[in-house]
Amino acid sequence: MEVTIPTENNGTSWKGGNEKPLGASYGKMMMWFFILSDALTFSGFLGAYGLMRFKFHESWPIADEVFTHFPFLHGLHAPMYYVALMTFILIFSSVTMVLAVDAGHQMNKKKVTFYMLLTIIGGAIFLGSQAWEWKNFIAGTYGAVKLNDGKIIQFVDATGEQITLESFVKPLTSERTQHTANKGLWFVKEAELPPFTLNEVVESFKANPGISIRTEFINPETKAKTIIPHNDAMGFLNEAKSVVKGANLRENEYGKTLFANFFFFITGFHGFHVLSGVIINIIIFFNVIIGTYERRGHYEMVEKVGLYWHFVDLVWVFVFTFFYLV
Amino acid sequence: MTHAQEHNSHTKLIWKVFAILSVITIVEVALGIIKPDALYLTKILGTSPLNIIFLILTVVKAYYITWFFMHMADEKKSLRRAVVWTSVFLIIFLATLLLIEGSYLNDILGPLTKWNY
Repeated sequence: MEVTIPTENNGTSWKGGNEKPLGASYGKMMMWFFILSDALTFSGFLGAYGLMRFKFHESWPIADEVFTHFPFLHGLHAPMYYVALMTFILIFSSVTMVLAVDAGHQMNKKKVTFYMLLTIIGGAIFLGSQAWEWKNFIAGTYGAVKLNDGKIIQFVDATGEQITLESFVKPLTSERTQHTANKGLWFVKEAELPPFTLNEVVESFKANPGISIRTEFINPETKAKTIIPHNDAMGFLNEAKSVVKGANLRENEYGKTLFANFFFFITGFHGFHVLSGVIINIIIFFNVIIGTYERRGHYEMVEKVGLYWHFVDLVWVFVFTFFYLV
Repeated sequence: MTHAQEHNSHTKLIWKVFAILSVITIVEVALGIIKPDALYLTKILGTSPLNIIFLILTVVKAYYITWFFMHMADEKKSLRRAVVWTSVFLIIFLATLLLIEGSYLNDILGPLTKWNY
């Protein structure tokens, strides 16, 4: 018996022969199966989000009211525009990636380098945008009041538009100061205090008959949050526990804390994929520059990172739909 | 450079796919901002027609990305099916069960939630 020695192994075939199972090289096929398993991970997360969303169907935050910021347009209500821009940035970086793969097929080193660079820049811009989106969500827009049972009460003017706490709350003499290390126990830290105390908010609300409150409950007919008339509002505010500004893993001024949890977790997990994609792209970019693939005779490595990069784009398409559109 | 002649440039196709993806995204965003009452406030198959449109457009986008950007169209049928059929089946399976359970939880929990104080 003879040992089969590959006569013509160009580095893309499996060890011990030129037979390629499923017609793909080892690396490419494993990248596909990794993508398959990662896709199932993401669908697990999005599925869990869907479960909770169906469970709290009548009180889930409305995305249009949460993500309303756009750079340089302060105070303007601009739902969706920013995230649409982010989607375009990611799709475009996918296009430059596939152009790099295409140039690799033609062994055009110059073009591969150029398009890889554009892809890296696109990925970096997307990451920055994601960070800005998080910053706005964490900082919050209006501020709200949390009840004892965890429900969120927001404030609206006579037309039903949401208003900020700053616009109607008058500060009283404050009895509570922020704890810092030099004011007491040096080893005890305190989370940042909300801008107003609960008492200030409730007293200012009583003094302003023109404003009213809004509960999380969505009217199924109009698909808008229910507004409670000013006179009935004290029933809710008597149950108030704390003032909430912004969103984090423990509370969320826009409504359900679960919404913030899922948002941070899923977009964070996706953002981490983008980050690792950018890093891998940078490594491959330098390999292209020093001519590794030119010498190897093929640019299949660019193709493989390309697959990963497109997958990241593919996941974003679904995240975009389920967090912002549906 | 015999290698270069084997592979024709697909640049035209790539820009065409980019145009399709852009148009779909613009349509999605426009519908998401306008939210026409006839699509948003009516109900079909347990949700609004607008949501159905969004889901279909998302799947169309996923198809174009997988088939033309990830070159799934050029892979062997066996590899394509191993990846696509597996994921599509498992994802639909998981989503169906989770969403059914979610609406069951809502049926039970919804009437017990207090909304008047």
